[in-house]
Amino acid sequence: MSASHISQGTVFLQSTNFIDAAYIVAFSLLIYGMTGLTGPRTAVRGNKIAAVGMAVAVVATLLRQHEFSGSGTVWLILLGVVIGTAIGVPAALKVRMTAMPQMVAIFNGVGGGAVALIAWVEFRHGFVPTTHPLAPGGYPLRVEIFELFGAIVGSVSFWGSNIAFGKLQEILPGKPIKLPGQSLINLALLTVAVASAVILCAGSHSQALFILGILVAAAVLGNMVVLPIGGADMPVVISLLNACTGLSAAATGLALGNPVMIVAGMIVGASGTILTNQMATAMNRTVPSIIAGGFGGAVAAPVGGAGTEGGTVRSTSAQDVAIQLSYARLVVIAPGYGMAVAQAQHAVRELERALEAKGVEVKYAIHPVAGRMPGHMNVLLAEADVPYDLLREMDDINPEFPRTDVTLVIGANDVTNPAANTDPGSPIYGMPILEVDKSAAVVVLKRSMASGFAGIDNPLFYDPKTSLLFGDAKASVTEITAEVQAL
Amino acid sequence: MNSLVIDIAVLVLAGFVGYTVISKVPNTLHTPLMSGTNAIHGIVVLGGLLLMAESSGVLEKVLLVIAVAFGTINVIGGFLVTDRMLGMFKSKPVVKDDPAPVPSGDES
Repeated sequence: MSASHISQGTVFLQSTNFIDAAYIVAFSLLIYGMTGLTGPRTAVRGNKIAAVGMAVAVVATLLRQHEFSGSGTVWLILLGVVIGTAIGVPAALKVRMTAMPQMVAIFNGVGGGAVALIAWVEFRHGFVPTTHPLAPGGYPLRVEIFELFGAIVGSVSFWGSNIAFGKLQEILPGKPIKLPGQSLINLALLTVAVASAVILCAGSHSQALFILGILVAAAVLGNMVVLPIGGADMPVVISLLNACTGLSAAATGLALGNPVMIVAGMIVGASGTILTNQMATAMNRTVPSIIAGGFGGAVAAPVGGAGTEGGTVRSTSAQDVAIQLSYARLVVIAPGYGMAVAQAQHAVRELERALEAKGVEVKYAIHPVAGRMPGHMNVLLAEADVPYDLLREMDDINPEFPRTDVTLVIGANDVTNPAANTDPGSPIYGMPILEVDKSAAVVVLKRSMASGFAGIDNPLFYDPKTSLLFGDAKASVTEITAEVQAL
Repeated sequence: MNSLVIDIAVLVLAGFVGYTVISKVPNTLHTPLMSGTNAIHGIVVLGGLLLMAESSGVLEKVLLVIAVAFGTINVIGGFLVTDRMLGMFKSKPVVKDDPAPVPSGDES
């Protein structure tokens, strides 16, 4: 009795209706989880709910009857999952918060890689009219089109993310690497990939040649698109690649007729696109112009006014800065990538506490594209336990600069460059910036006089009310804190 | 209605859902949001699972094992990293007179 009961139960669990219902539950949880991610108080729970949704989707998929029919299928799946877990879990738990941009980039890349590989397998046993039991006479055109879209976008995303990872990890130089006629080459590569896809769909006999054409052309394209992009544009690139992987996952979902993949992929595609646009807007640039190549290549020579103005800079000592800060009423800290590189966030938090103990009001000015990924500074400061109500977004803090006594710029350059407001010849003219030059005094912590990632000179440094403190950001901040506490 | 039309309808609706949900996220949460959505597109792992039983030949199986491993890295790594990041944002008591650092989970 019990045996037949179990088998009925198993049949029920494996029925299409049950699996479809589980899929609906899964994507509802994913969407509900994502809504949670929009607020700091609900975000932790939102992320967990989304993870549960993902787990439901995976379990439901594994329940499909034929999943266990193939010899060794279970073991192969298990093998993949174990390898993935063994790599992913330690990486995720050990990564330092300062290395987060490259971590996100590489996680994004493997997602794109999975899409491309799946498309490749789909192609291998589906496109040629065969007697394959699951696809007699080959797949319909809809499957082919979506799979090929996935193959192209997925491998662009995989290779592009790897290059982004290399740049952020400083395996590759952060400066733009550009070839002459880059845009034409990219266009040619895209044409090769798309043309191969069309030929495949039209039913060619040299199938293997064209699928390789697609994968190789898309791979080279991924490299070529990201290589010329400078470090300062990384927030846009990472978020764009994220959107691409999402869209390619949705395309795979369409090809396989899997609703969870369609919904989840498309949501990521949509949200990634919004985020990309927000980042680009924050730099006053369009996404195509960023893809077409970073600042550095086009404006290698220092442009106009700012550079020639080249007055003297005033350098200062930690002690002087400490005195300046201690007697201020309002101090605004403007962090940038330099703070991340020096891992100075905890030191900065200590300085903030020391100043607050002296009755100084401290706020943080966060530029939307400061750092190397969207929200980079917020994560670092949150790691250092800075309450998030002290973090002010650009539009909130800019009106406050005129009444700020001292602005402390820590490793930020382009996002504070007043040339963006004043010098029409500057390549970043029109980009919204933190108007630190409006405050009564500015202290800039800098490693050296080298220009920022964008390679643009910053007139802020030559402003008579600006003083510079050279050295490693973390060491400088620690020194200032000690001096403040000693006062 | 033919199933392709339904699927594309789902796709379009999901696009709008994504747009509505995400357009009001504060800058503070951009990184967790990105890494959270990053984990969600790891859903492609389902594709690897679905195809595994249908695959034939060593090459296909190898490709799919890699795909499943990639997808798993994407999903598990993505959610864990997001959770770590968000753990730092949550319930921060604003105690200005207490210089002792608030313990923040697994951070060192």
